[in-house]
Amino acid sequence: MLETFVHRAGLGDIYRKIVDGQRLSFDDGLTLYRNPHLSVIGWLANLVRERLHGDQTFFVRNQHINYTNVCNKGCLFCSFYALPKDPNGYVLTPEQIQDKVRAYAHLPITEIHMVGGVNVRLPYAYYLDIVRAIKTARPDVSLKAFTMIEIEQIRRVSRKPLEEVFGDLMTAGVDALPGGGAEVFSDRVHEELFHAKSDSDKWLDTARAAHRVGLPSNATLLYGHVEQTEEKVYHLVKLRELQDETGGFLAFIPLSWHPERTAISHLPGPTGQADLREIAVARLMLDNVPHIKSFWIMNSPAVTQVALRYGADDMDGSVMEYEITRDPSTDRIQTLTHARMLDMIAEAGRQPVERDALYRIVASPQPRMPAYLEPEAGAAGG
Amino acid sequence: MIDDIAGKVLAGQRLDYDEGMRLFHHPDLPELGMLADYVRWQKHPEPIVTYNIGRNINYTNVCWVRCKFCAFYRPPGHTEGYTLPDEEIFRKIEALVAVGGNEPESCEILMQGGLNPKLKIAYYEGLFSEIVRRYPSVYLHSLSVAEIVYIAHISRITVEEALVRLRTAGLKSLPGAGAEVLDDEVRQEIAYRKETAGEWLDVHRIAHRIGMKSTATMMFGSVETVAHRLKHILLVRDVQDEALARGGGYFTAFISWNFQPEGTELPDTRKATGYDYLRTTAVARLMLDNIENFQDSYVTQGPKIAQIALRYGINDFGSTMMEENVISAGGVSFVMPTGEIERIIRDAGFEPRRRNTRYEPVCEGPATVSETA
Repeated sequence: MLETFVHRAGLGDIYRKIVDGQRLSFDDGLTLYRNPHLSVIGWLANLVRERLHGDQTFFVRNQHINYTNVCNKGCLFCSFYALPKDPNGYVLTPEQIQDKVRAYAHLPITEIHMVGGVNVRLPYAYYLDIVRAIKTARPDVSLKAFTMIEIEQIRRVSRKPLEEVFGDLMTAGVDALPGGGAEVFSDRVHEELFHAKSDSDKWLDTARAAHRVGLPSNATLLYGHVEQTEEKVYHLVKLRELQDETGGFLAFIPLSWHPERTAISHLPGPTGQADLREIAVARLMLDNVPHIKSFWIMNSPAVTQVALRYGADDMDGSVMEYEITRDPSTDRIQTLTHARMLDMIAEAGRQPVERDALYRIVASPQPRMPAYLEPEAGAAGG
Repeated sequence: MIDDIAGKVLAGQRLDYDEGMRLFHHPDLPELGMLADYVRWQKHPEPIVTYNIGRNINYTNVCWVRCKFCAFYRPPGHTEGYTLPDEEIFRKIEALVAVGGNEPESCEILMQGGLNPKLKIAYYEGLFSEIVRRYPSVYLHSLSVAEIVYIAHISRITVEEALVRLRTAGLKSLPGAGAEVLDDEVRQEIAYRKETAGEWLDVHRIAHRIGMKSTATMMFGSVETVAHRLKHILLVRDVQDEALARGGGYFTAFISWNFQPEGTELPDTRKATGYDYLRTTAVARLMLDNIENFQDSYVTQGPKIAQIALRYGINDFGSTMMEENVISAGGVSFVMPTGEIERIIRDAGFEPRRRNTRYEPVCEGPATVSETA
């Protein structure tokens, strides 16, 4: 009976392909972006999500570290960077990074996510030093570090072949690449917003090389600025092609752009429906990428919880920078957030699974249903 | 799992209590959205989302009731207690008319205040008749059941007499505020000095009987369970059945929002999520087959969830709310300029259209002056 709504929405052909396990075409991608029946698209994405993961919903206890904000790329959508001579620029020393890691030694963190700007003054040894510093302070943690853009800079300053750089980083302790810096695979958007940064071919080449040496990565798409629908579908198709080739992508993360304090802050930024649609279309188009992550820092916790029913199976971490900057003596904040993540997953009718950066299962906590849903708790009556 | 319910929805059949409970316990949010969206299009076949230009005026914060969920009230005698002078109320209305324009009865004024022992019926009669005399473009959609009952009580008149006299003075319709959750056990916990569920429903019955329209609300997410919510929804449905059978006034809209725990006496442990809001909205749309309009609550939900709700049964963005002191006293409040509301509606695939409180189109668009002020 529910299929009736799929046919009424004009999505019967795509539904049939999904049921038959057929790959969706570029035009199907356009349809999914343009069809107004968002709940039907979410319903379709949920079919695939449940086929792959059932009710399992992954999360991680993680720490974010930004080793430098100095960056010479000047991307118009970014509010984080400081240009090389800006007094607000900073570089963390290996010791400072180690202090940050040790500050949370008492918390059961399994993943550290570390990215930074493209800071041309940093020598090759610095990158290896900060990786080793983290692994010395917390040997059991899995480290997800450096976007494809940073990797390129690291290679440049190393004067070594890319494969050798990956080898050095992996020996030092990098376990995975986070997949940032992809933005939108479009020459037009590249020219308009981030021309100083490498383009899509370069990003894909770097990812390919990483996967080939056994270094897995995530992939991202930054949406909600000047990109067009065709460009987003192209982006997803290119990622799907590379995944066919390497199988190295762990997760895809649509990044909901935030206009505040950027050079293009006159643009409004993505809406809630746009956020859900990105999750759902990604799940449907990227049939070969295991995980679709809803990154709550960008699209809001409220949208992320809903997204668990629109194709997302991962909601990233419970411990983020925002909270890390709070007084570490009140670890109640982290515990509460961890409890809140479990509550959000349980309320959405899902099963929480704690993972590390490589999606190895750490724990499967028992979800607690919120009290208001208890059928017998009510003074019921018709 | 809900195929049979989907069948009933497609056949236009009424859903019962047990089906409502199954919907509340059905975790597949997109399925609830598909059903609620279907019903929304049956009732409103055009791709239009309406909104209203209006403002709240919280004319007094003096209140002896002391509801635990309220961070706005001050008890009588408190130094922070106030009653706005008439001139200040007029200034607030003039600011609204400057944006909302001159079309008759197009600008909604939602006057709401505490139960202030000093304000008897003559105060309201004087104020309302002066407002409609001065500002013909204003539509008075004001007061709540608690205020009506209290005004009648301290003025020693019946509720019906109070409503008739207020209508004569200029009150056009009655907002559904204060319904909270229509269950006396729940009310005992969160608002034990307020009217009972039966009293709330009776005042709306009386309003409908004298030909006055009203709206129905539900504030969920405090201490109630989904069974309480469903019972509330079905009580509203029954009163609406009576009203439609009788002819005259009826509920024009249903509006639900979630309790804001900050600053209240209830602990801040379980604030309802956007997920719960969307589910509750969809279930309400599916159960309340006799109410035409469902209003969004972007003030409590924020623009992202409010926009998603347009696919969960909502067909109206409510009032642009130039001022809202009660929910913001509870800590959380989203305020959006009309231009932003229109953008969000368009982005969701609908045309925004201004309406009046009777849900008729208003020709004049909003003036853009003072929106950013």
